Amino acid sequence: MAKNNQTKNRMAGPLLKIENLRIEFPTRHGTLLAIDDISFEIAEGEILGVVGESGAGKSITGMSIIGLLDPPGRVAGGRITLEGRRIDNLSYEEMRRIRGKKIGAIFQDPLTSLNPLYTIGRQLIETIQTHTKLSAAQAHRRAIELLEEVGIPAAERRIDAYPHQFSGGMRQRVVIALALCAKPRLIIADEPTTALDVSVQAQIISLLKQLSREHGAAVMLVTHDMGVIAETTDRVAVMYAGRIAEIGPVDQVIKHPKHPYTVGLMGSIPSTSHRTERLVQIEGAMPRLTDIPTGCAFNPRCPKVLERCRVERPELAAVEDSRAACWLYGDKAPAHV
Amino acid sequence: MSEAALRQSPEAGAPLVSVQKLARYFDVSKPLLNRVLEREERLVLKAVDGISFDIPRGRTFALVGESGCGKSTVARCIVGLYRPSAGAILFDGVDMAALKSRHEIMPLRRRLQMIFQDPYASLNPRWRIANIIAEPIVAHRLMSDRKAIRARVDELLRHVGMAPKDGEKFPHEFSGGQRQRISIARALASNPEFLVCDEPTSALDVSVQAQILNLMTDLQAELGLTYLLISHDLAVVYNFADEVGVMYLGRLVEQGAVEELFRAPRHPYTRMLLDAIPDLDMTGRARTPVAGEVPDPIDPPPGCAFHPRCPHADERCRTEAPVSIRTADRQVACHGIEEGRIRVGERVVAQNNAVSVD
Repeated sequence: MAKNNQTKNRMAGPLLKIENLRIEFPTRHGTLLAIDDISFEIAEGEILGVVGESGAGKSITGMSIIGLLDPPGRVAGGRITLEGRRIDNLSYEEMRRIRGKKIGAIFQDPLTSLNPLYTIGRQLIETIQTHTKLSAAQAHRRAIELLEEVGIPAAERRIDAYPHQFSGGMRQRVVIALALCAKPRLIIADEPTTALDVSVQAQIISLLKQLSREHGAAVMLVTHDMGVIAETTDRVAVMYAGRIAEIGPVDQVIKHPKHPYTVGLMGSIPSTSHRTERLVQIEGAMPRLTDIPTGCAFNPRCPKVLERCRVERPELAAVEDSRAACWLYGDKAPAHV
Repeated sequence: MSEAALRQSPEAGAPLVSVQKLARYFDVSKPLLNRVLEREERLVLKAVDGISFDIPRGRTFALVGESGCGKSTVARCIVGLYRPSAGAILFDGVDMAALKSRHEIMPLRRRLQMIFQDPYASLNPRWRIANIIAEPIVAHRLMSDRKAIRARVDELLRHVGMAPKDGEKFPHEFSGGQRQRISIARALASNPEFLVCDEPTSALDVSVQAQILNLMTDLQAELGLTYLLISHDLAVVYNFADEVGVMYLGRLVEQGAVEELFRAPRHPYTRMLLDAIPDLDMTGRARTPVAGEVPDPIDPPPGCAFHPRCPHADERCRTEAPVSIRTADRQVACHGIEEGRIRVGERVVAQNNAVSVD
């Protein structure tokens, strides 16, 4: 396994650090490797976008950080460090205390994240009191503040409403308020805008950006929507078949993609500023976890495939400002220097 | 386009599909007893409230709008899944809603087919692919010889980029993109002229979406198909359609040629929608978030339905519903535009959007 030490001296300490993470799903037909040796980090106040097709492993990565991997999935190797403390080997109870307090999570469907039987006020106050020492009255006041902060009008009145009385966009705001209850250091947002209309999507995105700016929280934004990534994130990681194909500053990755997969992915996105007769398309489909090809996982679909790609797996290596796992860029800068 | 030319009817130039003042209402009232006891009125949801548009042969017309605006209801009315409450749908000059008997409707039905959004729900999991694709052929009694049907199915599978041996498999053996190819093959089985595509790519990943949209473009050129595309994705509409209608709460607020409408949107809602879409050249720039949400369609605001969210609304907008005014290249339903109150300009688009491929 690669010794990914190149990040060691970059910063005093990133807020979240993932090193050589491997996630396995044991099945009757053998063990599937859903995440195969990925490493990345997120600094304080930074928004990292994670993109990729369905099945690339984006959500699983997020779930493993908050310790909510669906069994039989398990972390089989590597480490996850939050504020210098290793969190991937904690007991259920220890992890429960960190979740919510240090890490807030926002999921795609706001309706399933809220309990339909309780008022949103009750859900907020309960969460606040779990993680802080506030009294009931103080928690109530804090809940109203949070609702105001996420832009819910007439928060004082709305706090006694039930989830079904809110529209989709407003519900997602409530979920964000819930995630913020204990002022977490890290927010994992898994497709937070996918279920929403474009006009509401813009409101939620600007809210997320504002919160990361004001609270200095690190955000891991998982989405398949490159438009959302483009305007929200600082850096972006492109995932393919459980590996990181490319990671770098958002401008670089979108405008000057290095990995052939990223090039194809960016080209296939229809734009609203110039029309094309035909969109760029990547032939074929992402491999199933049961038959990931040897060497580079993308090699059967790659238009620039080399002999080496079929046998040897490329590691992330610096290419200009980004890092790409691709033999096209040779051994110029191996990952383990 | 030779086949397209052959299909031109005598009155060339006439639209293939003409939707005229189409309306579809749903009764969403409580049961009679509750209404009597609780003294409540009947509640009517006006999902589509008088919309008109034409689709010329061989072209693609797109309906866009946010969820709940009624675009899917229009699609379902056109293929006959809903009966219109008012208005007419002319297909090749024949009013489909007026046809009553089955033997009158069936020949027309053969000529129009639908592709649905969710390729997981629209294919019967217990049927083999070959039987799924052959269903329209059997239902319309287009062929009876089993060998001939199988040959036609193989041809259709090849047409959508799949292998004839895939006909032996079941839907669960395929990915979302492949399933959508199967849906397209099934839709093409009865040699239709018109396809209604309701969000055909929204359930797919972008790279797969590109494959499906390119396939649909190729099929249109090859077979001279006419498309109605229902989508909430403005970028897809911009790249795929020729003409577009923008819907808001059951009405068309603006329609025109895609290129023109995206370059210089007029209606404040169209402009809002275009401003709200994130684009790849937006890196680091904030888009203008739009205030408010789509109002409750059961109790829409009086006057222009968009007025509570419109920055240009005045007294007239709050009381009087605007009618659609036709100009050279556009139809817009807005008092502000009609009176010249709202200045129309071109949308600012970043030019340097091309992805460099090195």
